[in-house]
Amino acid sequence: MSIFSEDRQRREPSKIPYYVILVILALFTLGPLVILVFNSLKSKAEIARNPLGLPLSPVFENFSAAWTQGDFSTTMVNSIILTGGTIVGVCIIAGTSAYAMARLDLPGTDAVLLYLFVASAVPFQLFLVPLFFLWGTLHLTNTRFGLILIYWAIFSPLATLLLRSYLVGLPRDFEDAARIDGANELQVLLRVVLPLSWPGLLTVALVSGLATWNEFFFAITFIQDDNLKPVTTSFLAFQSNFSQNWGLTSAAAIYIILPIVVLFLILQRRFISGLTAGGLKG
Amino acid sequence: MDVDQTTVAQEAVKQAPRGGLRRRRRLTAWLFMVPLLVINVLVILGPSVATIYYSLTDWAGIGPAEFVGLQNYRDLLADGDFWMAMWHNVIWTVLFLTVPIFMGLLGAFLLSQIKRFQMFFRIVYFVPYIVASVVNAALWQNILDPTRGIGSALASIGIPFLDGVAFFGSERLALPSVAFVNIWAWWGFVLLLFLTALQSVDHELYEAARMDGAGRWQQFLNVTLPGIRPTFVFVVLLSIINSLLVFDYVYIITRGGPAGASEVVGTLMWKEAFERFEAGYAAAMGLGLSFVSGLIVLIFVFLRRRGWEV
Repeated sequence: MSIFSEDRQRREPSKIPYYVILVILALFTLGPLVILVFNSLKSKAEIARNPLGLPLSPVFENFSAAWTQGDFSTTMVNSIILTGGTIVGVCIIAGTSAYAMARLDLPGTDAVLLYLFVASAVPFQLFLVPLFFLWGTLHLTNTRFGLILIYWAIFSPLATLLLRSYLVGLPRDFEDAARIDGANELQVLLRVVLPLSWPGLLTVALVSGLATWNEFFFAITFIQDDNLKPVTTSFLAFQSNFSQNWGLTSAAAIYIILPIVVLFLILQRRFISGLTAGGLKG
Repeated sequence: MDVDQTTVAQEAVKQAPRGGLRRRRRLTAWLFMVPLLVINVLVILGPSVATIYYSLTDWAGIGPAEFVGLQNYRDLLADGDFWMAMWHNVIWTVLFLTVPIFMGLLGAFLLSQIKRFQMFFRIVYFVPYIVASVVNAALWQNILDPTRGIGSALASIGIPFLDGVAFFGSERLALPSVAFVNIWAWWGFVLLLFLTALQSVDHELYEAARMDGAGRWQQFLNVTLPGIRPTFVFVVLLSIINSLLVFDYVYIITRGGPAGASEVVGTLMWKEAFERFEAGYAAAMGLGLSFVSGLIVLIFVFLRRRGWEV
């Protein structure tokens, strides 16, 4: 017995090599983002002398210059409208349909579930071309609403699946009581189910909000008007105009990622569980 | 009106004519599905079906589409650019099936063995995944800049072999360099999927393996890998599909260049549709790409049905 425990103690390896590798991976991951922050604090002259290191004489003028020259007062509003509109729409669309499947005994639920799985995995390339020209005919290209409609369609299947599995796990007793008291289905949904399902809705809102804020493919395809572009596609044009001015482009990049990173740090558990649950996208 | 409905519902509950109530609820259920179905038919289903038709036409995107039968597909099979792009997708797939999976597995395994700072590392590794692709692309374009980037920084401390290398500008390096940036942004997500799976592996299995004298490597092979197999297969499938459909990083960093050296089918199709106005041809290309990715998903489903436990 004593030999055995001694043996185990001896074989219990030190965790230091583990931490060494983990720190190297962390430097590989964070290093480029740290350099981005460093560069946003450097003047043009300092970038030329010191393109990757610590800012030795930090300046903040890049941030005000990037805000005006990158037209962020317009593109931020566009991104906020796109993201907000997408979140509200996806929550309503996915909420009502998840409710129908989880609670209203929708006939053919299995077929609908299969359709939603397929729809959430359909490649954009399958419907992109006719969609673009359909949107042109309907005067929806170069409009924020046209882009929001697309986001509703591509994010709602997965959101419905997430919300449905959340609702299936909730007890039904309160709803049945409300029905006996004469509430109609809309009242049951709004007064009873909605207050109980906010954690599920919050996850859906975070996942679809993040996806919309960062979305590139449909934004670059459907919006050419500079006054309607979100921060992502607008940044691409800005970056090619000022490709040598790293301080300016780095400051602009920080405007784009700051809201997301802050929100992620506050709500990271919910972000991670939502994103890993919805792994299959695109 | 409202009162009327309420009384009807109460009557229904009281006298329990279950059939009528159930029919009402079914109708309500489909009513609740209307927004989802309408938006899905409009954006996804309708245009997807239309793609089949337009792939059989010569169409510029505006004006009438001229029916040409299978001509687009014959052109596709003979199109050297298409096959070159497809080959680049294959290379991309091989890179994504090896590097991020290895890194994710390694990181997840190490993280599962430690307690202190585990949460910190998890958050750090995940950050690039939530950063917009345009930003990730831009910061790596700066770091890998031939004159001011990491190459010249290394040269100044006596390691000259990367000096002046144009990672995104050289035909030989453009594709792997763009893939590298995408892998940097992606691998943390893979790690998280693996870590979630690892943490659900029964600890008693490790105890039992140790009792049998299994070393760390044997424990990994015989306990860890079988325990996370469903997640592993899912990551493999996800990596293949994402590699086939890749667009963002290629378009943002190189636009498929230089001279098509990093062109993938996703960017080629986009150019055919919106720069060369060959919408019919682009539809055929999109359908072909979707067909291949659908086929791969079906193979996985088929293998699972056949009891491969993949």
